[in-house]
Amino acid sequence: MCYTVVMKILTELQIENAVYEIAKKMCFEVDEKTLKKISDAYEKEDNRATKDALSDIIVNAKIAKNEHIPLCQDTGIVIAFCEIGGQIVIDGSFEKAINSGIKRAYSTEYLRKSVVKSPLDRVNTNDNTPCIIHTTITDGDKLKITLCPKGAGSENMGRVKMLTPASGEDGIIDFVVETVRLAGGKACPPLIVGVGIGGDLEECALLSKRALLRDIDDCSKDTHAKRLEDILYEKINALNIGAMGLKGKTTCLAVKVETFPCHIASLPVAVSLMCHANRHATCEL
Amino acid sequence: MNINIDDKNEFLSKIKTLKAGDRVYLSGTLLTARDAVHKELKNLIDNNEKLPYNFVNSIIYYAGPTDTPPEKIVGSIGPTTSQRMDSYAEYMKKLGVLAVIGKGERSDECKKIYLRDGITYFIATGGCGALLSKCVTSCEVVAFSHLGCESVKKLTVDNFPVTVCYDNEQGDIFNG
Repeated sequence: MCYTVVMKILTELQIENAVYEIAKKMCFEVDEKTLKKISDAYEKEDNRATKDALSDIIVNAKIAKNEHIPLCQDTGIVIAFCEIGGQIVIDGSFEKAINSGIKRAYSTEYLRKSVVKSPLDRVNTNDNTPCIIHTTITDGDKLKITLCPKGAGSENMGRVKMLTPASGEDGIIDFVVETVRLAGGKACPPLIVGVGIGGDLEECALLSKRALLRDIDDCSKDTHAKRLEDILYEKINALNIGAMGLKGKTTCLAVKVETFPCHIASLPVAVSLMCHANRHATCEL
Repeated sequence: MNINIDDKNEFLSKIKTLKAGDRVYLSGTLLTARDAVHKELKNLIDNNEKLPYNFVNSIIYYAGPTDTPPEKIVGSIGPTTSQRMDSYAEYMKKLGVLAVIGKGERSDECKKIYLRDGITYFIATGGCGALLSKCVTSCEVVAFSHLGCESVKKLTVDNFPVTVCYDNEQGDIFNG
């Protein structure tokens, strides 16, 4: 037997450069679709203090973009979601490439170094690395990297719960709504709410994170998941938390539900919250 | 309303008239302090050791800015989540702090201590570090420099926008 497989070679430097290019922009701009939803929330808000906060958020986005000042002082720990085509050969270290790109961007753009070497002794690494890297192997010869600089305000409010099948859809809804209620103004609402259902303990958490990366205007292609997104959107916005917890009509801008098969005895659910800046950026090689 | 926060009497007399939800603009001096500084201050106070900086009559801003680029006064400097500083509520009066600025709800216990001790809790809009940086006219590291972005910085601010969270008539912006 004789095989001909076409491979594509990517060097460590090529990957580092691609990461650097998107990383140096991701903390300075809110994407247009997110900004539109925030402007809509401002228009329909009656509460004075909440309207002030939404106005601040809109003005902040303009200043950040025009004057190249980070939107938020918390420029996050970087999560890198990577899809590596099976036909790609990496000349060098993939992890090193990602971390070097981040290190460079956080240095040249004067972003905050928010990573400690150990959660126990808590000494800063001073370069905002290491990143948290998730990789999946896909078909083809493309490398796709999505970076998400995740701030702790919203991240600290995420939760996972191992429900059981008896809890059903009502149990899922109660848990998600409770999570947003407990987060209150601390996670910087209006939020994007990522929900992962199924898999196991770590898979549902990952699903909830990946959910946050979806286009803010899309909805699930799965009809059951889409129905759940609609129900959760209504219930969360009925909580009257509002922008920054100041009460109001808009607590979330979108709800994204992702599911995965699971064990007959399990119903894991995870909720990841994304603040109103909705920062993430993608590159492809 | 505008308040000159460097004048303690003006600050205290104006604060009395404000209601939860009122927006005020602060001008004068703020000191940044967040998780690591609070932890160190607590240890120093508990062990009766000398503090590296005088916090009497100060307003603490829970903030750790991005690095300052050349030619700039300060980086992005928005508020961090106040809840993580709830367990240090008892220490604010011991430090002589008048008010704190952060974002989000406080625990019931923390709120009770603040109201008892006359500590004002303001919030600034979270995620607005670019906007708030425009109100900073000077920035100088004055203590705990080894903590980097978490060090204590003395800021001079001009018309820094904050919202009053609690008032003396049981007003609570988060539970109104």
